[in-house]
Amino acid sequence: MNLRGVGTYILGFASLFLIWHVCSTWIIPSVLFPTPWKVILKGIELAEDGTLWEQASASLARIASGFVLGSAIGIPIGLAIGSFPIVRRLLEPYTEFLRFIPATALITVAVIWFGIGETSKVFLITYTTVFIVIINTAAGVSAVAPNKIRAARSLGAGPFQVFFFVGLPATVPYILTGMRLAMANSFVTIIAAELVAANNGLGKMIWDSRLYMLVDQIFVALVVLGFLGFFADRLFRWGIYAFAGRFSPVT
Amino acid sequence: MALVQLAEVSKVYRSLQGSDYVAVRDFSLDIEAGEFFCLLGTSGCGKTTVLNMVAGFEPVSTGAIRINGHPIAGPAADRGVVFQGDDSLYGWLSALGNVEFGLRMRGVPRTEREEKAHHYLELVGLKGQDHKHPSELSGGMKQRIQIARVLANEPQMLLMDEPFAALDAHTRADMQRELKRICSATKKTVLFITHDIDEAIILADRIGVMHAGPASKLKGIVAVTLSEAERERTHDRFLEVYRQVHEMIRDEVAISLGRNRDEVANSRMRAH
Ligand SMILES: Nc1ncnc2c1ncn2[C@@H]1O[C@H](COP(=O)(O)OP(=O)(O)OP(=O)(O)O)[C@@H](O)[C@H]1O
Ligand SMILES: [Mg+2]
Repeated sequence: MNLRGVGTYILGFASLFLIWHVCSTWIIPSVLFPTPWKVILKGIELAEDGTLWEQASASLARIASGFVLGSAIGIPIGLAIGSFPIVRRLLEPYTEFLRFIPATALITVAVIWFGIGETSKVFLITYTTVFIVIINTAAGVSAVAPNKIRAARSLGAGPFQVFFFVGLPATVPYILTGMRLAMANSFVTIIAAELVAANNGLGKMIWDSRLYMLVDQIFVALVVLGFLGFFADRLFRWGIYAFAGRFSPVT
Repeated sequence: MALVQLAEVSKVYRSLQGSDYVAVRDFSLDIEAGEFFCLLGTSGCGKTTVLNMVAGFEPVSTGAIRINGHPIAGPAADRGVVFQGDDSLYGWLSALGNVEFGLRMRGVPRTEREEKAHHYLELVGLKGQDHKHPSELSGGMKQRIQIARVLANEPQMLLMDEPFAALDAHTRADMQRELKRICSATKKTVLFITHDIDEAIILADRIGVMHAGPASKLKGIVAVTLSEAERERTHDRFLEVYRQVHEMIRDEVAISLGRNRDEVANSRMRAH
């Protein structure tokens, strides 16, 4: 993105805050709807005493570990489902059944099983990541142009070489797309889980603030959440571009 | 014994609706070792189908294909394939990576394979483009990468499906010359698909013309016994062969465009 692109982007964000300001100052003036300025001041206060960092990093750490674990499990399973019809038939009942049970519906079960500590959160993020990654990876394998495989075979590649040097790289863009979607879902899941049962994290912060009617503080958590999600997605996209841009399909 | 023997080969495609399509029926052809054979036919007549079976990509439905007397057991490095279209290139590899792919799979050391890849890239006129990825190349350039990729692998047979269709006239003439030179220097056996009669006459030892589909097979074979000097579009003997091939193919074009066989035969009779 060039300088002008960045400029437009910042302008877009500024307008979002401007509309918020207009709404909270003139259209719905209420203590229950703080202005951006109040939220920023509150945010600085929370950042200075360290709470903000503590809560945000707790949530992020859970997302990161569940996301990595879920991808590590999902990618090989997705590759196997896409490559072997028999594996597809064996595992499709699991994927097709379980993917319609959202992670948020499993929060209570997770807490009963694993307690309110880290394990239940990582379990939920892993769960939400795994199915999206599996489905996208398997779809990617099916989408590999048959002529790519045929060419490799008639150039002398064996079945394992076809898998590692053609099937896998051709599927990379789909795997990355699946991971990106899973990342967005992880943000939804972690907040829901922390709202229900947690000792810390942004979700817990929102819930506690509600108890004491600290509306400003709720908004700080919301804004931070928005930015974290935005930057996580940017980082991911940048990573794709920097390390895997060349894996984009031919056309 | 001919290198490639197709004996009464048929290919039936199962359609998803359950009705079958007979693409090729009782197709017989012998190709001698070192021969340049051009397969000519209207669009959709089954040329690619025949090539896919010889390559080992598709099993025959009935009949048999033998190479060196042995039935085909899938694709192998002795038969290099240039595909119609460019979806067989590897988008994540550079031009060089694509060209040396076969050598890498077969364990050729890096310096040797890079040297070979460079040689063939230069041969197809893509010197200095080796670090570009397929998405950064034009249609004609991608086609030439495919050709270099197959040549670098040095197969005994070349199976080429309209390899020059995406090239401009000058590049095409140049590539035709180059291909002919390589094939006679290295004694390659070639099955070359085209719908361009001129191209077939310039390249071929023999030209096989196919019937229009469905259930297509060879209508006839024209031996091209022209010398190098006679393979010029303006030469009398060239024109003679052209007329002969054209005669064979023009009815098939009419049929493939929807007129039935009897109708075409009748109108031909009346014209005489
Ligand atoms: N995988 C397939 N499944 C079903 N039908 C097929 C399949 N491949 C080809 N056909 C049919 O077989 C016939 C011959 O196709 P083929 O691709 O061999 O033609 P072609 O002679 O190569 O044509 P063109 O010159 O346009 O490339 C066509 O009618 C086509 O619809
Ligand atoms: Mg074809």
